[in-house]
Amino acid sequence: MLFGFEWDLSNPLAFAISILPILLIGMWVTIQATVVGFFVALVLGLIFAILKSAPSRFIAWPARLVTEFIRDTPLLVQLFFLYYVLPEYGIVLPAFMTGALALGLQYSAYTSEVYRAGIEAVGRDQHEAARALNLPSARTFTHIVVPQAIPRIVPAMGNYLVSIMKDVPVLSVVTVLEMLNVAKIIGDRTFNYLIPLSMVGGLYLIMTLVASAGVRLLDRYLPKQGLPLK
Amino acid sequence: MTDPIIKFDKVVKRFGDLTVLDELDFEVQKGEKVSIIGPSGSGKSTVLRILMTLEQIDGGIVTVGGEPLWHESGPNGLQPASEAHLRKMRAQLGMVFQQFNLFPHMSVLRNITEAPVRVLGLSKVEARERGEELLELVGLADQADKYPHQLSGGQQQRVGIARALAMRPSILLFDEPTSALDPELVGEVLTVIGRLAEEHDLTMLLVTHEMRFAREISDRVCFFDKGQIREEGTPEALFTDPNEERTREFLKAVLD
Repeated sequence: MLFGFEWDLSNPLAFAISILPILLIGMWVTIQATVVGFFVALVLGLIFAILKSAPSRFIAWPARLVTEFIRDTPLLVQLFFLYYVLPEYGIVLPAFMTGALALGLQYSAYTSEVYRAGIEAVGRDQHEAARALNLPSARTFTHIVVPQAIPRIVPAMGNYLVSIMKDVPVLSVVTVLEMLNVAKIIGDRTFNYLIPLSMVGGLYLIMTLVASAGVRLLDRYLPKQGLPLK
Repeated sequence: MTDPIIKFDKVVKRFGDLTVLDELDFEVQKGEKVSIIGPSGSGKSTVLRILMTLEQIDGGIVTVGGEPLWHESGPNGLQPASEAHLRKMRAQLGMVFQQFNLFPHMSVLRNITEAPVRVLGLSKVEARERGEELLELVGLADQADKYPHQLSGGQQQRVGIARALAMRPSILLFDEPTSALDPELVGEVLTVIGRLAEEHDLTMLLVTHEMRFAREISDRVCFFDKGQIREEGTPEALFTDPNEERTREFLKAVLD
C-alpha cells in the first residue's frame, strides 16, 4: 500500500492498473518540480544573462564565473550541497523546494546563454534605429529587443524544459517522492520492478511528447518577427 | 551667409587602419538640400552616421546648430560628449536608413508613434493623430495597422521617412534611401522625398546614387572621394561641367 492505494498482485494487468494511481501521484510531483525548476531557470537565467552582458567588467566577470561553475559541476553535487549545507546555516527548505531550486539553478546557466544568443541576434540595425529616435536604452531593451528575441529563444528553451523534466528523478536521492522514486518503492515492496519501471518509462514518454508538442505549437504561433505591438 | 547648421571642421574618422574621413571640412546651411555622391567607401554614409551619433569621430570637431556634437565644454575646455549631451543633440536630427530599419514587431503606426510618445512625451492620442497625418503625407494612410513585412520595400521606406519626421527634426539625413529597393519602387520613395524638399524648410542631407534625382532636388551637390570632398557646386555646374578629372570619371561611370 502506498498513498492509500492497495496493489493487486493477482495478475500483471491488474497490478499495472492498481499501481497507476500511485504512479500518477508521483507524476504530478514530477510535473510540479519541472514547472518550478523551469520557472527558476527562466528567471535566474535572465538575471545572469543581463549581468553577463553588463558594461562593467566587475559585474560581467563574476557572473560569467558563477554560471561557468554551475554548468561544469554535476547537478547531484549541487543538490547535495543545497540539501545538506544550507540547513547548517539555518536555511531549511522542504526537500521538494531544495530539489526544484537545484534544478533551476543548474539550468539557469544554460538558459542564460539562450537569452544571450537571442538578445544578440536582434540586429544592429534595430539598435541604430532606436538610437536615431532617441529611445532610452531601457525602453529599447524592453520594447525593441525583448519582443524580437522571444520567438528566437522559444525552441531552445523548450528543449531545456524537456531536459529538466528528465532530470527530476535525481531529486529522489533527497527523498522527493517523484515518479521514479514512487516506482522504486513499489518495486521494493512487491519485488516486481519490471512493471512499475516500464510504466514510468511510458509515462515519461507521454509527458515529454506532450511538452515538446506544446513547445512546437507555441513556436508555430509566435510571429517570427517578434511579439506584436499594435 | 549665416552660421552653418552643420559644420565639419577637420574631422577624422578611422576604421582600424583605414582612414574614412581625412580631415574633412564640410558645411551645410539651414534649409539647404545637399546631395552627397561618390564611389563606395568614400565616406559618404559615414558623414551621416557621425551626425546621427551612430559613429564616433577620431579627430576634429562637428557642430550642429552651432554646438559641438561629439564634445561638450567642461572645466578643461572641450571634453567628450556625455550621453545626456548626445541625447539633446540627437533631437535635432532624423535619419532614413538604407535598409529601412523598421521595427518588425510593431505595426506601421506604432513604428511612428513609439518615439514621440516615449521621447517627446506626446499623449498617445496626439501621437496617433500626428502619425496618421504623416502616413497621409507619405501616401500610406490605409496601411496604419499593417506590419512592415506586409508592405513592399517602397512602402516600408516611406514608413521610415514618416517615422523620422515624427520626431520633428530640423535636419533629415537620408542614407541611400533607395539603394535596397527594386527599381520599380524607387520612384514612389523619391517622389515623397522630393515633395518634402519642396514643401518644407527642413535641412536635408542625401547620400544617393540616383544622379538625376540629386540634380533635381539639391541646392548643392558634393562629390566625395577618399574621405574628402573632391568637388562641390550647384547641380548644374557639377553635373554638366565638373572641374575635376576624378568627378568626370565618376559621373561618366554612373551615368552610362
